[in-house]
Amino acid sequence: MLSILSGIGNLIFQKLELFGQLVLLTIDTIKRLRFLDIKRLVKQMAHLGVDSLPIVLLTIFFTGVVITIQTAQEFIKYGAQSTVGGIVTIAMGRELAPVLTGVVMAGRVGAAITAELGSMKVTEQIDALRVMAVNPVAYLVVPRLIACIIMCPILVVFANVIGIIGSYIITTFYDSITTQMFINSIKVFVVPHDITGGMIKACFFGAIIAIVGCHKGLNTAEGAEGVGTATTESVVLSIILIFFFNCILSALLY
Amino acid sequence: MNKEFISKSENSEDKKAVFKEFDAINQEMVAKAKEDMVKLVDVSVELDGRYILKDINLTVKRGEILVIIGSSGSGKSTLLKLIIGLLKPTSGQIWIDGKNITMIHEDDLNEIRLKMGMVFQYSALFDSMSIGDNVAFGLKEHTDLDESVIKEIVTEKLGLVDLKGIEDNMPNTLSGGMKKRVGLARAIAIDPQIVLYDEPTSGLDPINSKVIDELIVSTKKAIQATAVVVTHDIKSAFTISDRIAMLHEGSFVIMGTPEEVKKSENPVVKNFINGFVT
Ligand SMILES: Nc1ncnc2c1ncn2[C@@H]1O[C@H](COP(=O)(O)OP(=O)(O)OP(=O)(O)O)[C@@H](O)[C@H]1O
Ligand SMILES: [Mg+2]
Repeated sequence: MLSILSGIGNLIFQKLELFGQLVLLTIDTIKRLRFLDIKRLVKQMAHLGVDSLPIVLLTIFFTGVVITIQTAQEFIKYGAQSTVGGIVTIAMGRELAPVLTGVVMAGRVGAAITAELGSMKVTEQIDALRVMAVNPVAYLVVPRLIACIIMCPILVVFANVIGIIGSYIITTFYDSITTQMFINSIKVFVVPHDITGGMIKACFFGAIIAIVGCHKGLNTAEGAEGVGTATTESVVLSIILIFFFNCILSALLY
Repeated sequence: MNKEFISKSENSEDKKAVFKEFDAINQEMVAKAKEDMVKLVDVSVELDGRYILKDINLTVKRGEILVIIGSSGSGKSTLLKLIIGLLKPTSGQIWIDGKNITMIHEDDLNEIRLKMGMVFQYSALFDSMSIGDNVAFGLKEHTDLDESVIKEIVTEKLGLVDLKGIEDNMPNTLSGGMKKRVGLARAIAIDPQIVLYDEPTSGLDPINSKVIDELIVSTKKAIQATAVVVTHDIKSAFTISDRIAMLHEGSFVIMGTPEEVKKSENPVVKNFINGFVT
């Protein structure tokens, strides 16, 4: 009994310590924002953001499709077919697009960041940076954090568009939902804040992905196995934190 | 609140005397340390409850080449990492060019590191950058030199390690020995006053080893650079060194001129040297 309790206690301490380290890295990164190098930032934005566009579009397109398949039928049953476009767009803009983009980015970008920084760590390239009087946080973390914070909301905009297109395509199969109805319901139900709120969320998710990815990478244990473990941990932790902060942000924003 | 209480409760005369004494010791140490480029005082490193280095005392004078020998796992790389501040000692002090770097913040340490260069045991080249960018890295980060001047310096330094014309190659297209030499070119690109070499010639053929040995000596002569060289190559140790120190299980068993080391009767030293010389 006692050992179970102490085990739980240890686990909580470990998690708190990890959380503290993430906060410290965030503070350290913010302190070094003035070292931001535009060339490196653009490179990261292309690498982390633009290259993620196809997979984000694909994921959200199918999400738009599937959510419409599920809702349209039911809405028509209750005579609410004129609201489908608006409802889907609100769900997309507020929750689905930012969260799913976040999750996809955590899997793709978070993993890439951790793997890259992790292999730099185990091959002593991080040490080489330090020896050459270059701060690894300023050099590696700052451009990645800014790139993620800028690119995530932009990806979310694209995600919204493609998600609604996916939804619209499905509604064309239902005779009772006309194009006019679909567009009108969006006009009536949706306010700009539904979209901008989602973009604000995406900024936070981008920051989570970058900070967790960098922290796990910079603290990778020796060896190729260490890089693998760190990458997995990075993705899992990012996704958990994204869902957690999504709750808080939803409560605050809406 | 607490501090105020303590300072009030102490006799102020006593305190002055203590401070004076402390100041004198401090100044003496600074003066002494200035003649020495690298100075380690009673340094120990404990990792996972095991002493990797124990009570290390070491001074390297300006313009001196100190060679550190010792069997695998004796703590040689750890010693170099201490000197350049990648690792903090568990106890003891480390002085570089008259500054105590034991406890200072990484940002202040970076000022001192501008005077230092390090050749890593496994090269540690930036694998996302071309060879040219690797060698130019320090110059680009820390100087305002023109692109064309930097290019010239890179060509010159690569020439020194006998690797002309590979600026545009990526590190993963090079052999281990070539990487090592690029690492060396990168380390000396900013003409550092202190260069740390971690096995610069291991994995090199005899001709290239000789080139590197000569380079270490000529760098020293050209800019009065101080060098700490870790090597397994006993022959080169005796040719390039002003002094040799041997690490054994985390402590020095001998430190002296090559002649003194050759004459040593210490069985550990004798075995180690003869094992390689014959
Ligand atoms: N991060 C670490 N954690 C725990 N022990 C370590 C760590 N790094 C090194 N050691 C231990 O410290 C000792 C000295 O290591 P070091 O790399 O300094 O040896 P070395 O003399 O350079 O050996 P080699 O000639 O093989 O390069 C070894 O026994 C090693 O196991
Ligand atoms: Mg070593």
